[in-house]
Amino acid sequence: MTRPANAITRYTVVNRVNHWITAICFVLLTLSGLSMFHPILFFLSDLFGGGQWTRAVHPWIGIMLLVSYSGLIIQFWRENLVHKDDIAWMKSIGYVVTNDEEHVPEVGRNNAGQKMVFWSMTLLIPVLFFSGLVIWEVYFGAATSIPVQRVAVLIHSMAAIAAIIVWVVHVYAAIWIRNSVRAMTQGYVTPGWAWRHHRKWLRELAAGQHDKRTIRKHP
Amino acid sequence: MSDLQSQDYVRRSASTMTPPAARSHEDQVAKLIDVSRCIGCKACQSACMEWNNLRPEIGYFEGSYENPADLGPSVWTLMKFAEYENEQGNLEWLIRKDGCMHCEDPGCLKACPAPGAIVQYANGIVDFISDKCIGCGYCVKGCPFDIPRISKQDHKSYKCTLCSDRVAVGLEPACVKACPTGAIMFGSKTDMKDWAGERIEELKSRGFDKAGLYDPPEVGGTHVMYVLHHADKPSLYSGLPDKPRISPVVGAWKGIIKPLAVIGIAFAALAGFFHAITIGPNEVTDEDEVEGERVLHEAESEKSP
Repeated sequence: MTRPANAITRYTVVNRVNHWITAICFVLLTLSGLSMFHPILFFLSDLFGGGQWTRAVHPWIGIMLLVSYSGLIIQFWRENLVHKDDIAWMKSIGYVVTNDEEHVPEVGRNNAGQKMVFWSMTLLIPVLFFSGLVIWEVYFGAATSIPVQRVAVLIHSMAAIAAIIVWVVHVYAAIWIRNSVRAMTQGYVTPGWAWRHHRKWLRELAAGQHDKRTIRKHP
Repeated sequence: MSDLQSQDYVRRSASTMTPPAARSHEDQVAKLIDVSRCIGCKACQSACMEWNNLRPEIGYFEGSYENPADLGPSVWTLMKFAEYENEQGNLEWLIRKDGCMHCEDPGCLKACPAPGAIVQYANGIVDFISDKCIGCGYCVKGCPFDIPRISKQDHKSYKCTLCSDRVAVGLEPACVKACPTGAIMFGSKTDMKDWAGERIEELKSRGFDKAGLYDPPEVGGTHVMYVLHHADKPSLYSGLPDKPRISPVVGAWKGIIKPLAVIGIAFAALAGFFHAITIGPNEVTDEDEVEGERVLHEAESEKSP
């Protein structure tokens, strides 16, 4: 793909492939899961070939999501560790949402909002996986008692709703902060983007604290 | 069962439609099982298999009169045998015909996510419309009596239909027809309650002073009722629930969580939309690019003076 000469790599090919496998699984799980959650959304099961197919395929996509998201955890956990700076960023959230970047403290590779998305999903996806196993009728219908399954299905639906809300926030933030989507589709950002949104990360890059390949080429 | 539609529906799973109500005069039916008259012959079990063409796999002797060991996708009714030593130290053999209770407020129907897979007819019978069943097992979680069973062959849920096909054409259920002692009776719910009242008086006069009718109000009453000699302790009868009710966990899952989910997700999406049309996107300016370049250049020149 064509990149400007001063492009900074934000997400590698492996990062991106892994992210988009996760994203596809998540969207499919949301559609199939919601069809079994609310009657007015039952029509979504037609996308999967009807109710029986939806019921059958949903848990398998869930396994794929867990595996895929584990890859994201391995690749991204380090840069999502919480620091003191994150508290200052959270306190300036009013400036963040009004695009008043000058009043927001300088941000490293990820801001506190991005870290919250990461850790929320890191918590919710395993909860969804294990509660989902309990209610996977075909293989585990007899493994636990009915009262346990009732609790599991309640936890599963609440965790799913929480995950969907986090996902809405994640998607909107990516659209709102222009050119973030390009970082995850083509992998690069411009120095201006890094300066505006992740100034501390840019300084670290400039000081050579990150992998040399990150800055592909600059004059 | 299949969708015969000789009866109007009064309830339909996963639906917000108003059920058709033109045929307004429908008698509520009920099956009355008089446990005190049952001799445990299992004629009802055989009749159920024969009428419904059910042939469960032959199992193994498990050391109990109960055979098969449990209800199943092709075992819709099962005689359950309990040995009970009463206060006088005498043995009582409590035999109960287990199967769907046809609740007036059915937990299975409430939990079902597939529109029209579980219906309740105007006469009170709760029926599974198998071709709409998706095999999720939610009915199992909704049921307070542990009745529905999912088939491993076709991934559909099964239970007693109260012979809705027979009842629709004016016949009694197969088990009722086969019972040799008259322990199972069928008719309008009012008649069955009257009949049970007489029988309970009789049992009381014979010393069963706790005799009574099992028609649990927590599920709005049932269309299968028992006459029990120990109506104060239904759980003596192989774990018949003392106070059956749709679990509050299921109530939360199928009740409050749904609107909360819709509100939560809609709020997040609308907040995004209105943020986009009021505050709008956060775009990189030319000055940002200049500054960004400057940081990179300065670093470069420091490294290579």
